[in-house]
Amino acid sequence: MALFSINNISIKGIAAAIPKYCFDIENYSWVSKKEREQLIKTTGVRFKRIAPNGMATSDLAYHATQKLCEAVNWNVKEAEILIFISQSRDYLIPATACILQDRLGMPKTTIAYDISMGCSAYVYGLSVIASMMSAGKIKKGLLMMGDTSTFGSYRDKTTFPLFGDAATVTALEYNENAKPMHFNLQTDGSGYEAIIVYAGGARKFPNKKSLEQKQISKGVWRHELQPHLDGIKVFNFSLREVIPNIKTLLNFTDTDTDTIDYFVLHQANLLINETLRKMLKQSPEKWPYSIKKYGNTSSASIPLTIVSELAERAKLPMKLMLTGFGVGLSWGSALVDTEHLIIPEILELE
Amino acid sequence: MDSVQDFIKRIEDQFEDIPKGKLKPDSIFRNVLEWNSINALIIIALVQTEYEVVIDAEDIRKSKTINDLFNIINSRISG
Repeated sequence: MALFSINNISIKGIAAAIPKYCFDIENYSWVSKKEREQLIKTTGVRFKRIAPNGMATSDLAYHATQKLCEAVNWNVKEAEILIFISQSRDYLIPATACILQDRLGMPKTTIAYDISMGCSAYVYGLSVIASMMSAGKIKKGLLMMGDTSTFGSYRDKTTFPLFGDAATVTALEYNENAKPMHFNLQTDGSGYEAIIVYAGGARKFPNKKSLEQKQISKGVWRHELQPHLDGIKVFNFSLREVIPNIKTLLNFTDTDTDTIDYFVLHQANLLINETLRKMLKQSPEKWPYSIKKYGNTSSASIPLTIVSELAERAKLPMKLMLTGFGVGLSWGSALVDTEHLIIPEILELE
Repeated sequence: MDSVQDFIKRIEDQFEDIPKGKLKPDSIFRNVLEWNSINALIIIALVQTEYEVVIDAEDIRKSKTINDLFNIINSRISG
């Protein structure tokens, strides 16, 4: 039972960076006009950002971090821990966090490592960094995450019109007056094939055929280094697990949904998220979306939604239920209070 | 409790391009809807929202007609 609370850590600010190039799903020529309209209506994605060749998630994270440090008035050298979460890391080895530590000019005393997570990255990441900071009384920490869909196939209508590129960084600090953060984290690895890149890891090293695209079904062509998504499996998993996870955390913390200002969910797709909203009987005002503008941005989607939809509101105290669910299968919720979040404008990079 | 006609009405509301009255209880839904995985998701979402029961990919795969689907929903409700 992964229900727990962490004391003395607060979120100071969040920043996001996105590629400048914006793709309009109306121009997705791989499918018919009718299918395009149906895709936009059900996924909720109208626009997505695409990183140009050579731009990695870490580039977005690097610039977002510089912007955030300026906004919260930190010298980046003061941060003692840097965690980077992504499924589009710079290299298979070494960890991208090490490269970022050096690039940002952080000292050699910095704790830096990667975690491999996607849709559930924000809640998992918060729990990891907050645990270490709380236990070690670490004063300042940086949690970076995001993805670039460099690996995606244009000729795969199940993934291309859904995933967008973005990275975010969250600044956390040790603060003995902070309200506790509460977590409920879960896993079901039996569903590991629901979202997967089959080759490229140690299980299946790439070979000459790895880059040959094959037709998987109508409108779905990809090779084995490109992500595979079983939409129906993910949908069923989400409907089965997400609401019970949130309710368990509400019970654990003796919290009424009325006291929660916003439920910020991973932006899976509009149909899933709207179904979940109706299951929990919440009003649209408490259920923000960034998916129309940016697509499903994987690990970045929860912090990006806070940055793009709640920046003004975040100047006042907020109680947030943050819920991520997907690849793994991995899912979880974090119940956090914020006081005065500092959120600079979204950075666009060419 | 909903009848199969109510279920059909809910499907018609969700899929605007199905002419009203075209869908019957014994209609093979794959032939009426231009079947793709998104339509499956829409049906799963509709059943969850309206009946508060979960049907999965397997349920849809083994169903041919609207009646087949409706019977699965009913068995889940009463189960």
